[in-house]
Amino acid sequence: MKKTVFLGALTVAGLAAGAAAAGTLDDVKARGKLNCGVTTGLVGFAAPDANGVWNGFDVGMCRAVAAAVFGDPAAVEFVPTTGKTRFTALASGEVDMLARNTTWTFSRDVDLKFEFVGVNYYDGQGFMVPKALGVSSAKELDGATVCIQTGTTTELNLADFFRANNISYEPVPIETNAEAQQQYLAGACDVYTTDASGLAATRASFEDPSAHVVLPEIISKEPLGPLVRHGDSEWGDVARWTLNALIAAEELGVTSANIDELAKGTNNPEINRLLGSEGNLGEMLGLSADWAVKAIKAGGNYGELFEKNIGENTPIGLARGLNAQWTDGGLLYSPPFR
Amino acid sequence: MADISFVRTEMLPEKTPPATSVGLIGWMRENLFSGWFNSILTVVSLGFIYYVLAGVLPWMFQSSWTANSLSQCREAISAAHGEGASGACWAVVRERYLQLIYGFYPDHLYWRPNIAFLLTLAALAPILFSALPRKMLWLAVVAPFAVPWLLWGGSAWLPLSAALGFVLGYGAFRGVSQLNGSLAAIIAGVAAPVLWWMLLAGPFAALVQSILPVGIEPVESRAFGGFMLSITIGVVAIVCSLPIGIVLALGRQSNLLIVRTLCIGFIEFVRGVPLITLLFVASTLLNIFMPPGTNFDIILRVMIMVTLFASAYMAEVIRGGLAALPKGQYEAADSLGLDYWKAQRLIIMPQALKISIPGIVSTFIGVFKDTTLVSIIGLLDPLGLSNAIRADANWNGIVWELYGFIALMFFIFCFSMSRYSMFLERKLQTGHR
Amino acid sequence: MTTFTDPHKESFRLSMLIYDTRYRSMTIQVVAMFGFMLMAAWLINNTIQNLNALGKPIDFGFFSEPASYDINQRLIEYNSRDSHLRASFVGLLNTLMVAAMGCALATVLGVVIGVLRLSGNWLVARIMTVYVETFRNVPVLLWIVFFMAMLIETLPAPNAFRGENATASMWLGDSVAVTNRGLYVPEPLFSRSLGDVSFFGAFNISLDLIAIVAVLAGGLYVSHRIKVRADRVQEATGIRPTTWYQRLGVVAVPVIVLLAGLGFHLGFPALKGFNFQGGIYMRNSLLALWLALSLYTAAFIAEIVRAGILAISRGQTEAAAALGLRPNRIMNLVILPQALRVIIPPLISQYLNLTKNSSLAIAVGYMDITGTLGGITMNQTGRELECVLLLMLVYLTISLSISLVMNWYNERVKLVER
Repeated sequence: MKKTVFLGALTVAGLAAGAAAAGTLDDVKARGKLNCGVTTGLVGFAAPDANGVWNGFDVGMCRAVAAAVFGDPAAVEFVPTTGKTRFTALASGEVDMLARNTTWTFSRDVDLKFEFVGVNYYDGQGFMVPKALGVSSAKELDGATVCIQTGTTTELNLADFFRANNISYEPVPIETNAEAQQQYLAGACDVYTTDASGLAATRASFEDPSAHVVLPEIISKEPLGPLVRHGDSEWGDVARWTLNALIAAEELGVTSANIDELAKGTNNPEINRLLGSEGNLGEMLGLSADWAVKAIKAGGNYGELFEKNIGENTPIGLARGLNAQWTDGGLLYSPPFR
Repeated sequence: MADISFVRTEMLPEKTPPATSVGLIGWMRENLFSGWFNSILTVVSLGFIYYVLAGVLPWMFQSSWTANSLSQCREAISAAHGEGASGACWAVVRERYLQLIYGFYPDHLYWRPNIAFLLTLAALAPILFSALPRKMLWLAVVAPFAVPWLLWGGSAWLPLSAALGFVLGYGAFRGVSQLNGSLAAIIAGVAAPVLWWMLLAGPFAALVQSILPVGIEPVESRAFGGFMLSITIGVVAIVCSLPIGIVLALGRQSNLLIVRTLCIGFIEFVRGVPLITLLFVASTLLNIFMPPGTNFDIILRVMIMVTLFASAYMAEVIRGGLAALPKGQYEAADSLGLDYWKAQRLIIMPQALKISIPGIVSTFIGVFKDTTLVSIIGLLDPLGLSNAIRADANWNGIVWELYGFIALMFFIFCFSMSRYSMFLERKLQTGHR
Repeated sequence: MTTFTDPHKESFRLSMLIYDTRYRSMTIQVVAMFGFMLMAAWLINNTIQNLNALGKPIDFGFFSEPASYDINQRLIEYNSRDSHLRASFVGLLNTLMVAAMGCALATVLGVVIGVLRLSGNWLVARIMTVYVETFRNVPVLLWIVFFMAMLIETLPAPNAFRGENATASMWLGDSVAVTNRGLYVPEPLFSRSLGDVSFFGAFNISLDLIAIVAVLAGGLYVSHRIKVRADRVQEATGIRPTTWYQRLGVVAVPVIVLLAGLGFHLGFPALKGFNFQGGIYMRNSLLALWLALSLYTAAFIAEIVRAGILAISRGQTEAAAALGLRPNRIMNLVILPQALRVIIPPLISQYLNLTKNSSLAIAVGYMDITGTLGGITMNQTGRELECVLLLMLVYLTISLSISLVMNWYNERVKLVER
């Protein structure tokens, strides 16, 4: 007899979910909230604080998109996903976009039918070893025990690297970063391998970071980016150009501090088009004219987001490196807003 | 010659037993040092206890409750207890215990899960303890509608319109049984509420809501986490699995070949696979099995799969209860001329369910413990939250304190439930032997 | 007047399907079957539609593609160029291995603890009660991660064994190394090995092992024959001939001769490079999983054993004591054989539970079938439907085989009741 609880709950869920058949942008607008898939916890990229508020670099991307659509950076539901569940969550429509440091690969794009909207962090897989081990190159790691996080491209890169160099190793697959770190610190593995950003973040949280070195070899290309479902280009455009707006804003010197002033109009037409005081770019996206202003105000431009969450002044202390603007020798290069 | 024979005429006063067989020493001789083997066992056990306590106690009490991060905590401990002293950072529990209990539930709404929890307990109490007044059973009727409403919030008309379905079913049953036989009445009694729920309940609730809005702030199930999530999944699974389990158990006992085969197939399938594979189904496949476009969130999907899982075990528990009934009860029911359903309703089920309560409680304990598995598919139950907390830069590297706290909470819940089930078993035994 | 009339023969009416008990059960079955098929058709139809929409029709072709990941714990040869199918098979063997090890240890511990809980020693009985309650009332997943953390945090790293002033040392005369990466014990080696034999070209089994097992089995068979003969002599004459040295001899001598012939010696682990090399290596993931599963299940088995022993009426103990049997013989000859009858059915379900719980291996990174087929393979290929269904099928097969074997055993030990 108590089945109704269930039916009632299902109805609630049914009402909440609404019809998923229409375009994602319409769905999101109708729902009033963006469902954004993030990790279950990675220092600097996404983690809930004591009040349950999510913070981090990937989280900032979600908030920017929410702000662009609704004008409210808090209109996001964060859905923690694991390496195993993330693609299903996106494919099944449970989340509207995935900002979960996911590597853009051919098979994910083509075979798994997702659309990467850009790259918000250029990464590569590296190795970290204790300094006391006296290792200076990954090629000296013959016979070493290597901690890897499963459910990523990491284990495949690792297998390829060691096979190509014809050296042996002992893989220790681990579910979460926190556990990997614990094993590495206790000496249960000699080497910890993951994306270089993750290594830096992990190293920064050690009691004595200087006792560990990140080896020079970067064995893979890991362009990490937000992704959406295949076949819904309108929604893909919203996510893509929100990311581009954040990047372009940094290039053009638009920050969350001066944006209110610049939004009134400047004599740089590109800034005007970006901020909506000229042209109708927002309308073309199906958003309001000041969508980019709201997106940038949510957490700042790309550079501000970077500095706040993972930059050199944070415990994680990542240098911009490849993630600098193309004008500074990096790879960030937003297509023009016109 | 004097007569030297001597016969004592009065009793000797009782002597105190030797000091080694009374009091503490006597007790110890009897219980700890009777024979060399027991003595060795005792000494080894004492050594073991000392070893464990010497390791754990200093760590537990050389602790810090006030720090705001792991490094602060370590500093505080080495300042207070000397360099190199290791102690527990209970501060992480102090900072995060609300999160571990309520997950991401909005903090100004904590009263709702609290009331829901108390209401659940109050509704279960008259079922579990027969000494309580029978009137409290009304709570058990109200709770299934009130508890979800409190937890998920939203319009008050939705649970009411769901409840209306039962009234409707009962009305249809009564009405049709007067017109047209009992079987038609049963069919009508089942079909009417199902149609109501599927087609009309939602619009009806929306309509009334638009006329007379009564409701509380809705909370999405995504906000559920921590122990609240574990308890919700556990309680929902057990409550929903009870009717399914009864049907499956009866189906398995029935002599209708197809019905029996289907029931056995379902039960053995679910009992033959690990829960984690069912959770994989919930997290990756359930949406594929549903009509295109259906989408309900992961916590509901998990609840569905855990309910299916629990109902297979429930069916076996109830089957045990049915088998434990003396055959005379079935024969007596037959001889009274009761038909199958009447016999089940009036004679068999009330007794079988009563015998099954300890088994149901242990199934609940099992399901409740198994809810920790949802952390593997990324839900933030206590164990999942412990990973999230360790990913916070402040608490990066903390291990034992969180595991200890979570284990303690689980222990308290499960231990008290298992004690209850043992109490009940004893009570039931005296009645039946 | 009193002629028997045929019972009123009525023609078949549709309503009889419902109201006539002769037909009603048929009706219900047909309706149930129909409902079931409708439901199945609905699910399958949805699945096909959804898969088509996703562009991922059911296809098991990915199984023959290279898995391209490595597995540390493997019982058969495997490298990252082998297929997903072989990777899954490696995982399956790992599942079976940890399940078998767990069942064995859990049974031994469970019986010992169950008996000790009934011990007259107050302290021991209390400790065992605390043990049983602690392990039963905390989730097994928590125990698994807890044991893993304990192994990692409390044992020395291989580095601690290095250098002049090493902080850790090996046990038992440098033959066993206990590290936080796992346990290294000496391995048996053969200097005149017979080599391997390949099965279906898929996996190799050492001929040495086969030879030893064959000789051992032969020895045990002969030993059994000697026992049967001794029994017969005892029944005929009342005197039991002393046979223990013969029985020991026929088992031990051939095996020792064979081992000497094969050039048996032990390979000791030694610290080389980053790790210990040589010896049998039990990884900490396997150890943690094995210990946690065994200790958790042992708590349940202890309760089962205790209940089984308590179920035997006191009269049996007293009768045995009156016959002059010693306490341990009472236990072995009178109580346990009877208690076994009560113990075995719930024991079967504990074995099943342990096997199913071994799927939690992914929490510590032990690559069982859930970790390979349901883990990395599923992640890398994105074939959730195929992987999960196959995974369930594998577990179902394992569970059903265990219950078949154990039920067969149960039938054999069951006393024939009046």
